[in-house]
Amino acid sequence: MSGAVSGGPLLSVRDARVGFGTVRGLLRAVDGVSFDLQAGRTLGVVGESGSGKSVLVRSLIGLVGGGSGAVVGGQVLLEGQDLRGLSAAGLREVLGRDIGIVFQDPMTSLNPVMKIGRQIGEGLQLNRGLDGAAAARRAVELLAEVGIPEPERRAVQYPHELSGGMRQRVAIAIAIACEPKLLIADEPTTALDVTVQRQILDLLQREQRQRGMAMILITHDLGVAAGRADDIMVMYAGRAVEMATTREIFRGPRMPYTEALLRSLPRLSDVAHTRLSAIPGRPPDLARRGMGCAFAPRCTYRSDRCETEEPALTRDGARGFACFNPLAAGSRVVA
Amino acid sequence: MSASAAEPTVGVRRRRHLSWALALPLGWVLLVAILAITADWLGLPDPAAQELIQRRKPPSTEYLLGTDNLGRDMLSRIIYGARTSLIVGICAPFLGFLIGGAIGISAGYFRGKIDLLAVGFIDVLLAFPALVLALTFTAYLGQSLFNVTLALGILSIPAAARVSRANTLAWANRDFVLAARTIGASNWRILTREILPNVLPAMFAFWLVAISVIIVAEGALSFLGLGIPAPQPSWGGMIADGREALDVAPHTALIPAAVMFLTVLSLNFLGDMVRNLVDPRRSAL
Repeated sequence: MSGAVSGGPLLSVRDARVGFGTVRGLLRAVDGVSFDLQAGRTLGVVGESGSGKSVLVRSLIGLVGGGSGAVVGGQVLLEGQDLRGLSAAGLREVLGRDIGIVFQDPMTSLNPVMKIGRQIGEGLQLNRGLDGAAAARRAVELLAEVGIPEPERRAVQYPHELSGGMRQRVAIAIAIACEPKLLIADEPTTALDVTVQRQILDLLQREQRQRGMAMILITHDLGVAAGRADDIMVMYAGRAVEMATTREIFRGPRMPYTEALLRSLPRLSDVAHTRLSAIPGRPPDLARRGMGCAFAPRCTYRSDRCETEEPALTRDGARGFACFNPLAAGSRVVA
Repeated sequence: MSASAAEPTVGVRRRRHLSWALALPLGWVLLVAILAITADWLGLPDPAAQELIQRRKPPSTEYLLGTDNLGRDMLSRIIYGARTSLIVGICAPFLGFLIGGAIGISAGYFRGKIDLLAVGFIDVLLAFPALVLALTFTAYLGQSLFNVTLALGILSIPAAARVSRANTLAWANRDFVLAARTIGASNWRILTREILPNVLPAMFAFWLVAISVIIVAEGALSFLGLGIPAPQPSWGGMIADGREALDVAPHTALIPAAVMFLTVLSLNFLGDMVRNLVDPRRSAL
C-alpha cells in the first residue's frame, strides 16, 4: 500500500511496545501506543520524565535496541513501509533520507572533534551523493538558513567554539540537511536558556512549514507544545492517556492527568506569589505495575474500578482518552 | 626562548604551557630520540669493540662515560642501547594498541556477545604472569629484537583494550553517535569518524606511559638474559653486565640505570600532561 498516494498518514504507529529486561523483571517503558501523523502536521508528545516519550520515538526509528537488551514490538509504517521489517542497511537508507532528529542537549549531540561544516555535509554526502566541495557549500547555505551569522567562518569551527543556542541551530541544520519528511525534536529546548528556547522553537516551526515536514515535538512542557503542535498526545507511564488536537486539550481535557498537567502551568493572570499546583505523589515504578490505572494513586477522581482495572484508550472521534471517570467534555480548567 | 614580553596574549598562553615541567622531560626524550636516530653519523666508537686493557675505566675525556667490563665505550653503548630501547618501547605498545584498540573499541561499541568475548579474552591475557609469558615467548622463539617486541606487544594488548573499551563506552552513548546513525551512517563509518577520533587522545596519553612501562620490561627481560641478544647493546643488558662489578666500577651499572630512570620518568611526566590536556576537555563537553 502506498500511503503517500492514497493520502494516508505519513507515519502510522500501531501498538508500539518497548520493554527492558531488568533484575526486577520486564520494565515496560512503552506499553502499546498507537498514533497517526499526517504529512505537514506537528504532533506534540507530552509527559513527565520517565513517561516513555523519548523511548517511544527513538524506538520507532530503531535507535533503541542493540546492546541495551530492549524488547521492541508493534508496527511502524512510514508511507506504508514497515520500518521494523527493514534490514539494517535498508533502515539506514530510510533514516538518512526521510527522517531527521534533533536531540535535547546540543553539548552532546555534536561530535567535538569534527568541524561544523563537515558534520552538516556528512549526511548530504552519504544520502544525496554530493561530493565534498558541494556538501561544504550546501552546509554553509544551511548554516545561513538556520540563522547563524558568518556561516563561512562558522563552518570551519568546532562545536566548542559555539554557544548552546548556536549549537542547537547547527543540530537543526544537520537534521534538515537531507530534506526529511519527518523531523523528530526530542526536547529540543530543555537544555537551553529560556531566552534562546523561543528562538529555537520558532526556527523549528518555520523550517517545518517551509519544507512541509511532519514533526514530532517531544516535550515535558505543555506550554511549549501549546503554540507549536497541531495535535497533542499525553503520555503517562508508557501509555498514551489522552490524544486530541491542541485546541481541544486546552479547551477541556478529559483525562485527569492532563488536567493536572494544565493546572501545574504557571499563568500570567495569577496574582503574584500564587502557589503553583503540583501533582501529588510520584510516577509509578514501571517494573511493578499494578492491575489498575497507573495514575490512580495520584488521581483526585479515582473510583474503586480504577484500582482493579486498567482503562483502555477510548476514542471519541479524533480524540481519545484512557479514563473511567473522564472530565465532562468542554470543562475548562480554571486554576 | 625568543618570545618577547611585547608579544600579545597568545604568546603569554604559549609560554605558560611551555613551563619547565614540560620542557625538561620533553627535552630529554627528544635528546635521547635524536641521538638514537643519528647514532651512525656521530662518529662514535663501535659499541661492540672490546679493548680489554681499557676495561672498567671511569668517565674521562677519552671515554666520556667510561668503559664497561669488556672495555667497550659506555657512551656509544648507551646511545645504541637507546635505539634498542626506543624501537622496542615504541613498537611494542604500538602493536598492542593496534590490536587491543581494535578489540576494545569494537567491544565498547557493539556490546553484547562481542563485548563478553573480548572481556573474557582480556581477562585470560591478564591472568598470565606477564614476565613469565614474555620469557617463555623469547625462550621458545629465540632471542631477537623482533621477538622481544612481539612478546611485549602482546603483553600490552589487555591494557590497551581496557582503556579503549572504557573510553568507547563513554562516547558511544553520546547523542552525536545516534545523530550519525539517523543520517544513515554505517557502523564502520561511525566507528572510524565519530568514535575513533574521540578515543585517540586518551589512547595517545596512555601510549606514552606504556612506552615507559615497556622500556622497563625490556630492561627486565635483558637483565634476566632473555632480552636482546648479547652483542647488541640495550640498557637492561648493560645494567645486568655492570652488576658483576658494582663494587669496583659502579658506573658500569649506574649510568645505564640512571639513563633509563630519566627516560622513563620523562615519559611518565609527558603522559600525565597529555592526559591532563585530554581529561578536562572531556568532562567539559
